[in-house]
Amino acid sequence: MTPGDFVAPLSGGLLIGAASVGLLLLNGRIAGISGIIGGLINPSRGDFGWRLAFFGGLIVGGFALLALHPGAFPDTPSQSLPVLALAGALVGFGARLGSGCTSGHGVCGISRLSPRSMAATATFMGAGAVAVYAGNHLLGGL
Amino acid sequence: MRTVIAAIVGFTFALGLGISGMTLPSKVIGFLDVTGEWDPALAFVMGGAVLVYGLGHALVPRLRRPFAAEAFQLPTRRDISPRLLLGATLFGAGWGIGGLCPGPALVSLATGGLAVAVFVVAMTAGMWGHLVLGRLRA
Repeated sequence: MTPGDFVAPLSGGLLIGAASVGLLLLNGRIAGISGIIGGLINPSRGDFGWRLAFFGGLIVGGFALLALHPGAFPDTPSQSLPVLALAGALVGFGARLGSGCTSGHGVCGISRLSPRSMAATATFMGAGAVAVYAGNHLLGGL
Repeated sequence: MRTVIAAIVGFTFALGLGISGMTLPSKVIGFLDVTGEWDPALAFVMGGAVLVYGLGHALVPRLRRPFAAEAFQLPTRRDISPRLLLGATLFGAGWGIGGLCPGPALVSLATGGLAVAVFVVAMTAGMWGHLVLGRLRA
């Protein structure tokens, strides 16, 4: 790994951190994507608008990336459609059952020294490593 | 005001995800491939984000309230429950299989690709399934 290999991940991480801190210090909210989106699926009064605006910002951000930095996206899908459907369902259900995902637990929760988030982050990274290992070695690549 | 802030935060968050490499499933899978050709790059994403967020979070006790809202609404639970660990396990498995977590999946919708659309529909169904299951149990 050369120094150039971590400049982009670090810059992106700093930007993610800055955005999340903005939501914390300005709006008093945790920037957890699955939690914010989960609240769109199960809306409660007076707690919908900001979630929708955040979602809109993410989507518009995707179009900005597509225009300015298309290398952010892969040329070919990572898996076949049925496998991606399984992965998506696990991600959605698991994130809600576990009260958070990479952003809420992995960034905000770790920074807040939350024991729940540290346990969740260690668990999902471990499970992710097992899934990758299983896919590569046991199933011969899905 | 809170709505405008949330939109700007979402936009900035998306740029951060795209610049960091989190929207490339191959990078994510490389990061999780600890027994193979491990690609540590994404550790720097979390490192950078935690660094900034940790500094910002240290200001919270000094503030009576957020600048644009009436109160901080932060999680208070500290118990490591079976539900938390089961959820994280399922989430991690899906993340490892598909190489996408919720933020990068939503950001990638802009590409118009069928694969990411399938992932997002399934993810939404999974979230909805959790909601329905909770209502059935209640």
